[in-house]
Amino acid sequence: MLLFSEIGRYCRLLYEALRSMTEFHTYRQNLFSEMVKTGIDSLGISALAGLFTGAVLTIQTSYQLTSSFVDKSAIGAIVSQSMLVELSAMVTALVLSGRVGARIATELGTMRVSEQVDALESMGFNSVTFLVIPRVFAGVLMFPIIYMAAAAGGIIGGNLAGMFTGALTPAEFMEGARAFFFPWDVAFGMIKSFVFGFVITSISCFKGYYASGGAEGVGRATTNATVLSCIYILLADFILAAILL
Amino acid sequence: MIEIQHLGKWFGEHKIWEDMNLTIHDGETVAVIGKSGSGKSVLLKHMNALLHPDTGTVKVDGNEIFNLSYVQLRLVRQKFGVLFQGAALFDSIDTFENVAFPLRYFTKMKETQIRDRVLECLDMVNLNDMGKKKTSELSGGMRKRVGLARAIVMQPRYLLYDEPTSGLDPVTSDEINDLIIHLKESLKITSVVITHDMHSVLRVADNVAFIDDKKLSWYGTLDEMRVAKHERLQEFIKASEYKI
Repeated sequence: MLLFSEIGRYCRLLYEALRSMTEFHTYRQNLFSEMVKTGIDSLGISALAGLFTGAVLTIQTSYQLTSSFVDKSAIGAIVSQSMLVELSAMVTALVLSGRVGARIATELGTMRVSEQVDALESMGFNSVTFLVIPRVFAGVLMFPIIYMAAAAGGIIGGNLAGMFTGALTPAEFMEGARAFFFPWDVAFGMIKSFVFGFVITSISCFKGYYASGGAEGVGRATTNATVLSCIYILLADFILAAILL
Repeated sequence: MIEIQHLGKWFGEHKIWEDMNLTIHDGETVAVIGKSGSGKSVLLKHMNALLHPDTGTVKVDGNEIFNLSYVQLRLVRQKFGVLFQGAALFDSIDTFENVAFPLRYFTKMKETQIRDRVLECLDMVNLNDMGKKKTSELSGGMRKRVGLARAIVMQPRYLLYDEPTSGLDPVTSDEINDLIIHLKESLKITSVVITHDMHSVLRVADNVAFIDDKKLSWYGTLDEMRVAKHERLQEFIKASEYKI
């Protein structure tokens, strides 16, 4: 029963946001600052996560592909395709569910329990328009960019790891990467990151917006936002793979 | 005029109050008193539709506010200024911007006009040199005064005060009470003050509404309150340790 009630409230929040999307002047300023906070400020950590994921994947793949019948460039193909199709979007989403999701839930939760949301409403603002729309928009617009940074980091990391461990040369890595490069892989990764951006920001907004019960309630909302975001990212990943691949 | 008619509110199974009837006439200041948890702040939040009732309605200047479209409700809400219990200042912007906030979004005033209006309001609450301060650097009394400046910046007809003196020392409380009186006299604003501070009630109120036993238990003027034969009201006043 509680689950249905939560789903209903989540849908209602999204409906309210959709209904007031045309009030661009209300959230324009917030949108740009959220794009910076969600996107630009997350580029570093996402590229770093991609870099190490690519590096580890290269080392593990070279460890597993011990046969002399397999060309070393296959490592580059496996690593680059894995990064583009799955790992860049997934790793950044899981990292950012903590970084971005927790921030959003805490911000909105604190605003809710300190009556700042009521203050906005009492002035005549639609608090959903003002608070939720810019955060969700920033998520869906910036996550594909973050994905590209992570993917680039992953391929660079894979190259560097191959070079420093002597598993393969950068030329061999890139030969394999080019041979198995399909534009659809990038499109698929971007679609996933777009969906993950929506999942993380909308769930975090929902949990923060309806937070109650003081500091403890804000803490609970933040934890729930992070945990639920991770669960729904995994679920969305499975559904997208089943439908689009 | 604010007319509260047969208002009832439940949170789940828990009844807050029912059949609440109260009329607040233009220009008067009504203090709503009652124990903690009696639903005073809940009542206040019904007056500008921040909360919706389970039964009954509220009319503001003849309009039933719970039947209005969002655009119409926005216009009604802009007739109100609200001073929240914790001031509810936006902590991401400074004091000046907090006060300027509604002007930037709901008026077409130029920057110089906004600046003049904000400084005028800060001056009214005796905070004319505090514009650049972060809200986190303000004391409790200052926060309330900034909240009050923000509440009056759009020149509202009605001012709702939620526990304006709670958590403040007696001197600062008196300053806030003076401000309420000053705003009432200078701007002719209709005010509703939610409080359990009887000293504040005696200073600022024209009429008093006493919420008790999940209903509006008593309503009258200050003079009538002094002689009211209402045991629970007199207990409440006596517990406040003020001779009246």
